[in-house]
Amino acid sequence: MVVVGAGMVAHRFAEGMCRRSQHESWSMTVIGDEPDEPYDRVHLSEFFAGRRIDQLALQGGPWRDPRVRLVTGDAAETIDRSARTVTTRSGLVAEYDTLVLATGSWAWTPRTEGTGLRGVFSYRTAADVVGLRDWVAERTEVLGRPLRGAVVGGGVLGLEAAAALQTLGVAPAVVEFADRLMSVQLDDGGGEALRVLITGMGIDVRTSTAATRLGAAPDGAVGTLELSDDTAMPADVVIFSTGIRPRDRLARESGLAIGERGGVVVGPTCRTSDRAVWAIGECASVNGECSGLVAPGNAMADVVVDQLLGGTETYTAAPEGTKLKGVGVDAASFGDVFGLSPGALEVTFADPVARTYRKLVVSDDASTLLGGVFVGDISLYSSLRPLLGRPLGADPSAFLVPEGGGAAPSADLPDDVVVCSCANVSAGTVRAAVTEHGCTSVGDVKACTKAGTVCGSCVPLLTKIVNTTLERTGVTVSTAMCEHFAMPRAELYALVRAQGLRTFTEIVTEHGRGRGCAICKPVVAGILSQLGVGHVLAGDQASLQDTNDRALANLQKDGTYSVIPRIPGGEITPEKLVVLGEVARDFGLYTRITGAQRIAMFGARIDQLPLIWQRLVDAGFESGQAYGKSLRAVKSCVGQAWCRFGVQDSVGMAVRLEMRYRGLRSPHKFKVGVSGCARECAEARGKDVGVIATERGWNVYVGGNGGFTPRHAELLAEDLDDDALVQVIDRFLAYYIRSADRLQRTAPWVAEYTGGMAELRRVLLEDSLGLAAELDAEIARHVDSYADEWRTTLEDPQKLRRFVSFVNAPGEHDPDLAYTAERGQARPARPGEPSHPNPVFARTLDVRS
Amino acid sequence: MSPRTYVCRLADLDPERGVPALVGGEQVAVFRLADDRVVAVQQRDPYSGANVLSRGIVGSVGETPALASPMYKQVWDLTTGECLDPAGKEPIALTVYPVERDGDDVWVLTP
Repeated sequence: MVVVGAGMVAHRFAEGMCRRSQHESWSMTVIGDEPDEPYDRVHLSEFFAGRRIDQLALQGGPWRDPRVRLVTGDAAETIDRSARTVTTRSGLVAEYDTLVLATGSWAWTPRTEGTGLRGVFSYRTAADVVGLRDWVAERTEVLGRPLRGAVVGGGVLGLEAAAALQTLGVAPAVVEFADRLMSVQLDDGGGEALRVLITGMGIDVRTSTAATRLGAAPDGAVGTLELSDDTAMPADVVIFSTGIRPRDRLARESGLAIGERGGVVVGPTCRTSDRAVWAIGECASVNGECSGLVAPGNAMADVVVDQLLGGTETYTAAPEGTKLKGVGVDAASFGDVFGLSPGALEVTFADPVARTYRKLVVSDDASTLLGGVFVGDISLYSSLRPLLGRPLGADPSAFLVPEGGGAAPSADLPDDVVVCSCANVSAGTVRAAVTEHGCTSVGDVKACTKAGTVCGSCVPLLTKIVNTTLERTGVTVSTAMCEHFAMPRAELYALVRAQGLRTFTEIVTEHGRGRGCAICKPVVAGILSQLGVGHVLAGDQASLQDTNDRALANLQKDGTYSVIPRIPGGEITPEKLVVLGEVARDFGLYTRITGAQRIAMFGARIDQLPLIWQRLVDAGFESGQAYGKSLRAVKSCVGQAWCRFGVQDSVGMAVRLEMRYRGLRSPHKFKVGVSGCARECAEARGKDVGVIATERGWNVYVGGNGGFTPRHAELLAEDLDDDALVQVIDRFLAYYIRSADRLQRTAPWVAEYTGGMAELRRVLLEDSLGLAAELDAEIARHVDSYADEWRTTLEDPQKLRRFVSFVNAPGEHDPDLAYTAERGQARPARPGEPSHPNPVFARTLDVRS
Repeated sequence: MSPRTYVCRLADLDPERGVPALVGGEQVAVFRLADDRVVAVQQRDPYSGANVLSRGIVGSVGETPALASPMYKQVWDLTTGECLDPAGKEPIALTVYPVERDGDDVWVLTP
């Protein structure tokens, strides 16, 4: 087999062949002209949210199958159908018995004068987005000011491109020939509602307007965009998103039948006019139409796999739904958007205050769902779209009015209803994954069926079906924390909060059993701290604390501790540096700069901790909580105060944030970063909360992570002033603290948040759940009640008595400790190494002897 | 009769919390349970070799009082020393030391 084209549909085909024909012998050569491994083009815009192209690569399963050979960066040039060969630009000749064309589309650009100028882009491939980013960076440097940009074409992709420009710091305008945005998918009312929302994002929208000419700047790059209304707008970068055309040149030149409007003509089996040649995806013309979405392409790939393996599946074009994504504004539609079906009735609910527009199109008896348009609030889209062509089951208006808005249909969809149209998975397949294949979670079902893995819009519905099916099969998915508590952390948090419980004994008596363990006791300790119930070592809380919290220091492998005082924003005076040096020298502590812009001192015995901390507290230091499930540090770059490029005071903001959230206990540790300009030297987007300065204020990103599962933080809000920034972070952290699971970092919490970032934005920025006042108050209480844990420990003999070597021999200490020297400092000695029990002396050991 | 070593008064012990003690040259971890029983096991964590078990979390497994290592979270029965959860390793039991209560005074016996 030879597959020409290595996009998403080719990947789907290769993956299907490998999966459904695991033991047969065949070979497949997949030829793609893009240099990268096949990637997720649907999510290409996430490149601007920090995802690298290689992170967009589709899962490599088929490329690791020895029967499959993937050729990238080489274009198929000719097909010889009599010799059954494909020849590439590099001279590779691939023979086939079966040829599959999956060449996709190309971005069509009108013949406007000036499209050849530097700074003019399409928006389709990885090369396009990389080129766009590089151009914006280069041009900003050359012009020394923020850029202005224009997108020609106000469809789904054009709006994505405009949002991408904004992310790059470019002020964009959208020029659309039709009289409204997303003119193919939205009716007049929807288009108007979307215009209001898009304009509200600061994007200039010009409809009923054509681009007539591109003008050059003095240096020859693009500089202006001239319009059909005889005006011109400045444009330092222009993106054309004016539609796609099937890539059918190879097929045309090899004499295959081509549709009137382009595309390789195929029948219901996806076979072309040559029995040995098949065509799938956007290059295939079915009944004279080429699709521009991934879902039909995947369905076609599945059909060809089935046919090649002797099956009888055929392809029928299904009505498509479209959802705007990655723009920060929601719009979606499916089915008969314009109510063109005979006798169709339209039920519309427009709320100009809430800026939402919702319309259902139903049959003349108002019983059958024919289509839907949703702008501003698309919560109904994923639940109603599967019902297309089926009984709605209720009065249409019941779905649309605000009170009924949440009354989505139950999860009792018929088995043949397609839940995930991207991967073409039906409700029946999802149920079978649970009942027959033993899946016990949404994650399992995703892995097993691929449902919800492409655009993700069906995940809420998928979750509902999976959970209902699990309940019916009697599988209770255990959310128990441990043998002592049957509920997850967030639930326990809510109970403790509501009932005002204050001790472990009260809590376990009321809501659990037994005396707890190393899992639930630290969770309860965290909850009590989050609810402001006193010092972490006060009363019965001390016995709940995990290893590190109970010594207010980090346990090391030999039983000693590291000491990490807070150094807010990484800023430290020479006088304080001297104190740290003296303390480390006097106690023989191994000293090291941490990754969080602080100084750590290792090797302190438990009985030395109060002595060390007394000196640190006297010098003005406080606990850095490096031991807690709490804020670690706020990392920053030096910012505007010194840096030539800084646009805001990043150190000042880092200090303000660190002093605000210091000591705040949370489900897991969390980190914050502040960068003073878009160069992002503080690597803030690898943090739970990342703040990046803009000319106009601060952008805030959330849910980033380094470590084992790196993830870039996603944009939550833009161009905030100092106080607004602090308020957004307050709410994000407070909301995370009350609702995350035990040891769940913000990255998975954000990733799994139902409704995604769009919903999180509504909750945090628009207060859609009415929680904002509570969340604000929780952080305010924390700030008001903060006290340094070490200072208060040093002031309390009851707490200090636990920092002892031996309760009956306080003058002795652990005789098993042994240190040796390395690079002029002490470290725990290994067996057989020369050593000294006191690291002060071990430092000077001559270990070469 | 085994020699015994004075550790502390019961009031010096917090419920479900341990203290380190030196008993005839050996390091021992002494715990007061929720029901005020006092038990003692070796201070050395057999998995890491560090003398830290008095700093572990005391709880229960079923009805049994249990200790979790502060180092790698293995769990032992505090009354018998039996390893209840070796956290993926081979189970290693702890030495248990007899405890005597003499009024308010807590003593640990060396076997």
